[in-house]
Amino acid sequence: MRRLVLTLLIVMLTGPAAAERLVVSLSSHRVAITSNFIGEELVLFGTVEPDGAKSALRSSYDLIVTVTGPHETLRTRRKQRVLGIWVNVASREFVQTPSYLAVLSNKPINQITSSETLRRLQVGLDNVLLPQRIGPDIADTVRNDPFRLAFVRLQAQQSLYSEISTAVTFLTPTVFRAAIPLPADVPTGNYAINVQLYADGLLVARTNSALEVIKVGFEQYVADAARDHGLLYGLATVLMALFTGWFASVVLKRD
Amino acid sequence: MQIYLPIADLPVNIFLVFGMGLAVGYISGMFGIGGGFLMTPLLIFIGISPAVAVASMASHIVASSFSGAISYWRKNALDLALAMMLLSAGIIGTASGVWLFTTLRAMDQLDLVIGLSYVTLLSIVGALMIYESVRAILRARAGMPATIRRPGSHTWVHRLPFKMRFKRSKIYVSAIPVWGIGYIIGFVGAIMGIGGGFLLVPMLIYFLRVPTATVIGTSMVLTLVTMASATVMHAMTNHLVDVVLALILMVGGVVGAQFGARTGQKMRGERLRLLLGLLVFAVGLRFAYELVVPPDDLFSIRRMGVD
Repeated sequence: MRRLVLTLLIVMLTGPAAAERLVVSLSSHRVAITSNFIGEELVLFGTVEPDGAKSALRSSYDLIVTVTGPHETLRTRRKQRVLGIWVNVASREFVQTPSYLAVLSNKPINQITSSETLRRLQVGLDNVLLPQRIGPDIADTVRNDPFRLAFVRLQAQQSLYSEISTAVTFLTPTVFRAAIPLPADVPTGNYAINVQLYADGLLVARTNSALEVIKVGFEQYVADAARDHGLLYGLATVLMALFTGWFASVVLKRD
Repeated sequence: MQIYLPIADLPVNIFLVFGMGLAVGYISGMFGIGGGFLMTPLLIFIGISPAVAVASMASHIVASSFSGAISYWRKNALDLALAMMLLSAGIIGTASGVWLFTTLRAMDQLDLVIGLSYVTLLSIVGALMIYESVRAILRARAGMPATIRRPGSHTWVHRLPFKMRFKRSKIYVSAIPVWGIGYIIGFVGAIMGIGGGFLLVPMLIYFLRVPTATVIGTSMVLTLVTMASATVMHAMTNHLVDVVLALILMVGGVVGAQFGARTGQKMRGERLRLLLGLLVFAVGLRFAYELVVPPDDLFSIRRMGVD
């Protein structure tokens, strides 16, 4: 009996160890915002592969894909009734928070792993780090802080933050696809994609990818001009308005 | 058809925005006003941030007031000297308006101030116009001539020093109220994204006794220059003027204004003023409603720029 246990232990330790590797590919690494941009859905394909010849695969896996947009500083404001009218009375600054955040998985993330693990790995809208400026300090608050809740809720309303437990599909036990929704007003900049593979509630493999959202052509030109050459941009706009007004008075005479 | 606005950072339906320009242009042509007080709330309603709406509206008003000013110039119905005097103060007013706009935006109170100024200005001006035009209509019914009490009656305004003569308008008034009016219009216009025509016209008529023949043309020149400078200043300080949005609006606006002007000319003056008064008053009430009724969401987010 004792020998049997020992043998089993040896087999478990030296036998075909389960170790896997993720191979992922994105349908496009660059999203161009043109004048007819109305949002887009990117697809991330991937497979789970054994890491090394001796490794074996498990029978089922879970996947969490976190897409994080460029960081920005936002202010969340709260209204209150003052002298009968509604006024912004309190505000909290959210420093360097993701302007876009999508947590995509094949089933609700709290069924994939324990909430303890999710918190430690900062996965999910409840656990992502959202630093706020509170007095002289910058720190994240408890997850049920009213400003934090409102911030996540408002970002979700704008489709900028999302947690979609149906976005990842396993086509075979080891081949998966994940749909990344980019809304029409998606922020421009660099996006980080973090892919985490779980088995039996444990993180077994992870990999990273990236994508870029950029304005191109005319949109880029206008945005740059407005930011870098405010005076010229303003004068050009006025000239355009004067021309339109003059043109209208010539073409469509009022009398 | 959706088109992406490069500064507002969101796609809008080009026909919807064009249609809004057309509709507001129609009203503005009919009443001889810029229509900013209608357009800015409409833009906010379709999801454009108030700051971008106000900044972009200014250039839309430039287009419509320029096309208006040209036709009044042809009819020799504008007083350039008076317009220049109003302007010298108007530009300073605009600069202080843009400054306050930037400050309030930083303090998170811009939306409130825009809302409050709309409520007070629009409801007061609207109520006064309704009162005045109803009286005129009643007097016409009673068989009396429906004239505005204009001639002779000098008020305290006319006893102020630094008098100047404006030949085209045939008035002789102090420079102080002229500057004061110019400053107020420039200031209010920059903050509220309106040309201020609906404020300026009554002010010129009641305070300065400018004859109706030259008042609209003169007001258009003033609106034109204050809004042109507001556009440039907004572009320099806040970088929020969306040129694509402005272009769609102004094309719709100038076309609509032509048709509106034709309708307006067919209507009787006091009826027209009553309609405009009701419209102005209704928009004012709409803003009051928004301030008083508890908002759906107490929280809101403001972007402070992507790093």
